Amino acid sequence: MTRVQRTLHAYPALSPAVILVVIVVAFTVVNPRFADPQTLSLLVQQSAVIAALALGQTLIILTAGIDLSVGAIAILVTLVMAKLSASAGVPGWLALVVGVVLGTLAGLFNGVLVTRVALPPFIVTLGSLSIFTAIGLLVSGAQSTRADDMAPLLSWTGATFHVGGFSITSGVVLVVVAYLVVGFALSRTAWGTHVYAVGGDAEAARLSGIRVRAVTLSVYLVAGAIYAFAAWVLVGRAGAATPNGIVDGNLQSITAVIIGGTSLFGGRGGVAGTLLGALIVQTLTVGLSLAGVDAQYRLLGVGVLVLLAVALDQWIRRAR
Amino acid sequence: MTTNDDTVLRAEKLSKKFGSVVGLDDVDLELSRGEVLAIIGDNGAGKSTLINCLSGALVPDRGKIFVDGEEVAFRRPPDAQQHGIETVYQSLAVVPALDIARNMYLGREERLPGWRGSILRMVDRKGMTARAKNQVDALGIRTIQDMTTAVEKLSGGQRQAVAVARAAAFSSKVVILDEPTAALGVRESGQVLDTIKRLRDEGLGVILISHNMPHVWELADRIQVQRLAKRLGVITPSSHSMTDGVALMTGAAEL
Repeated sequence: MTRVQRTLHAYPALSPAVILVVIVVAFTVVNPRFADPQTLSLLVQQSAVIAALALGQTLIILTAGIDLSVGAIAILVTLVMAKLSASAGVPGWLALVVGVVLGTLAGLFNGVLVTRVALPPFIVTLGSLSIFTAIGLLVSGAQSTRADDMAPLLSWTGATFHVGGFSITSGVVLVVVAYLVVGFALSRTAWGTHVYAVGGDAEAARLSGIRVRAVTLSVYLVAGAIYAFAAWVLVGRAGAATPNGIVDGNLQSITAVIIGGTSLFGGRGGVAGTLLGALIVQTLTVGLSLAGVDAQYRLLGVGVLVLLAVALDQWIRRAR
Repeated sequence: MTTNDDTVLRAEKLSKKFGSVVGLDDVDLELSRGEVLAIIGDNGAGKSTLINCLSGALVPDRGKIFVDGEEVAFRRPPDAQQHGIETVYQSLAVVPALDIARNMYLGREERLPGWRGSILRMVDRKGMTARAKNQVDALGIRTIQDMTTAVEKLSGGQRQAVAVARAAAFSSKVVILDEPTAALGVRESGQVLDTIKRLRDEGLGVILISHNMPHVWELADRIQVQRLAKRLGVITPSSHSMTDGVALMTGAAEL
């Protein structure tokens, strides 16, 4: 058993990879339609927004934080971009730039409270979840905006192209690129090592000369920018900007991160696992519905997976 | 106080309070090149507070620190590192989930040459891993082979060896060791003691905090006795016996 433990320890993305392969095979056996390029394409497209949110969430959880305001930030950004484009006639690119700046500022707000006021991330983002949601509702007047009323650039992420029998959206490509960039930064740059160090042992990081608060703040800023990016993907995917777009994005993204093998205690995990985690959640949804299983069982399955992932993490941490 | 040209590190009247608790009360310290200065004292004597002020981990409330006769102000550990002072903390200051090489170079990662380093900011993973191997080998620790092993998978002694190897590798003037043999077996302790002797012979100043009196009496040129946050005085292994030292520490004897 210790060999299994060690292997899982060295490759945290391994267990979600195995789970994903197993459930894909299982659902295909139950209903061959699951393996249709159409089904799989849709599955991937549906995973894209949560995957993008979970990318930022991964960074924050790696620093032993948590972000309950992810969904609220993304919705706020979609509503502001939609308002600027549809009502104020601002050019698409400018609305997008404003959106990214806004997302980053939202991250700055959380990050400053976490690093300077030294409040627990859970409390900070619980509060900012309500604040960002309220601002979004105030800005939009609780009204949705159709993508057709916005500049085309804002819903460009929903544009599809075909590769073989698969249809892929530009949003999916953007999310994959974002994963590659963040994965590169985490594994190949000093900043990445410092993110792991801050989450793994903040005091050891400080004594080693790492500016713990600056690194943590940078993570909240980067995460905020990524959420804005997710908002762009969301507009393309949903074809609209709505106040109740992905209200449970926080829990869904945390679920993807946890199932993906990143430790809630910080300092351990990575983005590859998170991408797999997001796909696992969506695969369960699509697969169970194709298998004719009641949708409530999906929730049950996801819940069991979360608990298993956390238990596995605890077990792996005891590896020697 | 006498200061000669050999003095590499000098502290003058360092004081530090933690709330109403006095951690350090007007403490002086002098360290010469090629000298091992041991600091002994009971718990709460201010040993760790003292070295934390010298390593930049704590900022003293009052007092001055001089490196090579020049006054310095350490706000953070890298400030001391830039003056050639490296520290092995009692906590070891290693990150469990990171591998040995990453821990050795934590906070001073080396980038790849050329555009991959300057534009992509890629670190020289291979180079650092190879150099980490040399540094651990130099310590004579044969049980650690793979530098990509996570530190949490090492034994307590091996972790301590990694921390010592890191300090030995990057120090150019002073090495401070806070209980460096606490988790070590006899053989590994011997290797750390040999490392301390080697560093001393290379002309570095070494500050050693230890509860292990035989180690202190074997290695130290001078022994600073701390009691209740103050410097009681400085003795030498030839002027006092171990029993005398313990009596001074605990207050059973006076200087």
